[in-house]
Amino acid sequence: MATVWIPTPLQALTGGEATVRATGGTVKELVEDLDRSYPGFKEAIVGEGVLVRPGISVVVDGSVVKKGLLHPVGAESEVFFIPAIGGG
Amino acid sequence: MSTKKRVAATVNGDAAEFLCEPRQSLLEVLREVLSLTGTKEGCNDGNCGACSVIVDGTLVNSCCMLGVEIDGCEVETVEGLARNGKLHPLQKTYLEETGMQCGFCTPGFLMSSKALLDAHPDPSERQIRHWLSGNLCRCTGYDKIVRAVQKAARMLEAER
Amino acid sequence: MNKPEKLPHFRVVGTNPIRPDGLDKVTGRAVYGDDFKIAGMLHGKVLRSPHAHARIKSIDTRRAAKLPGVRAIITGADFPKPSVAMVPMGEGGYVDMNDTADNVIAKGKAFYDGHVIAAVAADNPHIAEEAVALIDVKYEVLPPVMDVRSAMAPGAAVLHETFNPGAFFMKTHKVLPNASRLELGAGDVARGFKEADVIVEREFTTETVHQGYIESHICTAQWDERGQVTIWTTTQGAFAIRDQVAIVCAVPMSHVRVVPLEIGGGFGGKDTAYIEPLAAMLAKKADRPVKVVMSRAESLRATGPSSGTFIRAKMGAKKDGTLVAADLSFAYEAGGFPGGPIAAGVLTSITRYNIPNVRLEGFDVLVNKPKVKPYRAPGATQSNFAVEQVMNQLAEKLGMDPVEFRIRNAMKTGDRLILGFPCPPVGGVEMLEAVKKHPHYKAPLGKNQGRGVAFSFWFGAGLTSSAELSVNSDGTVQMCTGSCDLSGTRLTLAMQAAEALGIDVEDVSPTIGDTHSVGYTLQSVGSRTTFATGIAVYEAAQKVLKEMAGRAALLWETDPANVAVDRGDFTDMNNPAHRFTFRELADKLEHSGGPVSAQSTVTPERVGFQLAAHLVDIEVDTETGKVDILRYTAFQDAGKAVHPDFVAGQIQGGVVQGLGWALNEEFWYDAKGRLCNASLLDYRMPIALDVPMIDVVILETPNPGHPFGVRGVGEVPIVPPAAAVANAIYDAIGVRMDALPMKPGRVLQKIKEQKSAAA
Repeated sequence: MATVWIPTPLQALTGGEATVRATGGTVKELVEDLDRSYPGFKEAIVGEGVLVRPGISVVVDGSVVKKGLLHPVGAESEVFFIPAIGGG
Repeated sequence: MSTKKRVAATVNGDAAEFLCEPRQSLLEVLREVLSLTGTKEGCNDGNCGACSVIVDGTLVNSCCMLGVEIDGCEVETVEGLARNGKLHPLQKTYLEETGMQCGFCTPGFLMSSKALLDAHPDPSERQIRHWLSGNLCRCTGYDKIVRAVQKAARMLEAER
Repeated sequence: MNKPEKLPHFRVVGTNPIRPDGLDKVTGRAVYGDDFKIAGMLHGKVLRSPHAHARIKSIDTRRAAKLPGVRAIITGADFPKPSVAMVPMGEGGYVDMNDTADNVIAKGKAFYDGHVIAAVAADNPHIAEEAVALIDVKYEVLPPVMDVRSAMAPGAAVLHETFNPGAFFMKTHKVLPNASRLELGAGDVARGFKEADVIVEREFTTETVHQGYIESHICTAQWDERGQVTIWTTTQGAFAIRDQVAIVCAVPMSHVRVVPLEIGGGFGGKDTAYIEPLAAMLAKKADRPVKVVMSRAESLRATGPSSGTFIRAKMGAKKDGTLVAADLSFAYEAGGFPGGPIAAGVLTSITRYNIPNVRLEGFDVLVNKPKVKPYRAPGATQSNFAVEQVMNQLAEKLGMDPVEFRIRNAMKTGDRLILGFPCPPVGGVEMLEAVKKHPHYKAPLGKNQGRGVAFSFWFGAGLTSSAELSVNSDGTVQMCTGSCDLSGTRLTLAMQAAEALGIDVEDVSPTIGDTHSVGYTLQSVGSRTTFATGIAVYEAAQKVLKEMAGRAALLWETDPANVAVDRGDFTDMNNPAHRFTFRELADKLEHSGGPVSAQSTVTPERVGFQLAAHLVDIEVDTETGKVDILRYTAFQDAGKAVHPDFVAGQIQGGVVQGLGWALNEEFWYDAKGRLCNASLLDYRMPIALDVPMIDVVILETPNPGHPFGVRGVGEVPIVPPAAAVANAIYDAIGVRMDALPMKPGRVLQKIKEQKSAAA
């Protein structure tokens, strides 16, 4: 099972838990798995189709992944959802 | 529309005769009438120095001088620095010391630096900073520009 | 890709060759925005709102249209409503195109002094200017909202009835009529403060500042009979301009060709479209090419800036010097449309320290100022000004050396960051140790002189970049990338191509493509060009080498697996007599299958963090309050410095911008919200006399996300100066500075308060 770090604003859904375990082969499947335990999680993360909501980046094992929700995850993976950051 | 005036000047060593409107600045004349676009407009009110040129040996902001005022004068711009395919020592040292980043303020800095070295062949760091204080550079923090001028002064000294 | 521990011995990377575009720049030949001319070109001028906040009742252009020489007039009514709402701008960032379109030209309401109302194209700029003055606009003037605290106060005038607040993990986080909110955290802050032996709590303000590039915004647009528009412009990103023009003007992206000219500075302020859609619409209406030049006053009134802020900071540490809690709240100006740098500002505030209990709160606050734009490490300078002063105060209370205190708490490779994920390789502790050991740190100081330190962090960006390499028969190589060159990146990219191909850098000719000639490339922002476009160049080089090795195999009648490639030399592992230099093989490509070229488009995922520590010595004139910079040493980790002189230049330039922000620069608005200092005389940027030489110490902790270990370097140097100077002022005369800029009047006020407190 992969570990998902819950963004602070969504910890209300997980009863204050900052990290939870979830099952799935992709980030999307993890999110869907979590939505079963914590309804509303998917809506907070997923926008249109298989895209994350605007303003959110998906980080898997320390890298910002371009495939976002479709990125594959392993049993030991750590997944993070972070606010998007640009630059000058 | 005002009547155009006839102006005769020497620009970078060559005779230049042209017509210009009395309201046109020297900067506008250089860029639009004489097609010498190396001289840049950064503010058009004398506060950035990107349009620095030398008129009769004096460093001026060409945006603050009228085109008609150069009648009978000798004007030096960045286009006249290199002679016969040979770079001026300042052009060389600005390249070698990376005294530029975006390069937009560079023509103005080169002309201010030349005016300085024409007047003070062996300037102190303070003197260099003083002479360049009318030129704004937002990229370099001035360090490498000052070093480029110091190196050019040494090169010119060696040439003498 | 190479791991950092296996970094090659470099031939080209790490040297200081002369930039190939340099000659054009020292001779005046380089073509910047205003140097581009085209036959039949008209000149555009813009009418701007004189009111900070106003409803537009009517626009009457009839008198202006009658002026001889006027060829076209446009208003907001000439623009369609964008068909696409949210457009990705890379790295998960999105831009609301309705806001972008409304920022380009006001539709119904003006949101800041300088907001575009209408534009005119005429035979020359003087006629265009006269025509602009003949346009009659009736406004209903509304009360302006000019700072974050009044914008968030009850009863404040409301800028937008509805707005897209940006999705910070929720459907909406619009918490106030003019503000949205982001909160992040870890641990239990209340418990953390209970464990703390020392606590410092303070408030800070910073003012709105501008990027201050010396070349203003300038572009030229021309249409052809097929409905394709070409735009020559000075920008940090041709594709970003293309996408925005296409959406704002409702033209297919394939029909917008953006040609990037030389750019006279950007710093984040030229990553977006302002005048390009105006020039395009004017050119369409006039059926002639149109150039639009922004004056300096226009650029200061209506572009950039970086956010003014209000910050509350509370941090606590244990007696042993361990940080245990931080509760930080930041309100950033967004300007007239939502989208300030709050995520970046909030996250960079403490990312570099390990703190178990943290609450970070950010407000994105609408005010009647231009929509803020990135300015070198957007949001970080402001948050650093607060946090690094609090760090020094904690160190003082603990009786610890401020650098030692930072070392005690510095994040190390593998430590969990605030967002939970492990820190990629960094050399923060090594950097702080280098500060402590540097002679500057122990040098003697005189009366009213003081020394300050600040430690800073910036993420940097990856984002998409493209490159193409084409091998010539004489062994030279053409290199085309999509990255606009703000500072010498043609060279740093050519160096990486030369390093990867094993040839001399003089044999690589770099050019920058337009949007019709090169693959998609996002802006030169986020310290990403040498890093991300460098990876695109590297990947293209690997493809070239693979193809050329295949050709060598063909010529030697062997299997490609038998061909070894090392630093431009191709050898047959089974036959030592078979050997080609890069140049020899290049000459044989034509007859072994044709010339070789390769393209690469990459979106790097492992961006190396940027860390910087700055040391500054200052002297305060206690009669006037003026602060002079005496000595400055900047330490920064470049991963691998591709061109060390350019890296030092980036650092020195960022430092001096930071010193301007620290000491002089601010927008002054009057009570009606009009900008009073829209000139470079009154918007006082540092001049050569204001600063000393800036000493630079480059450290190299390789970034495993780049084949040569490169980290971005451009942004973080602007972050520490304000905090470092504030700490130095305290060290010199014992007053704590809580507002930027630390101008003479403000310092003098602090000195007076100090005297009256003592009396």
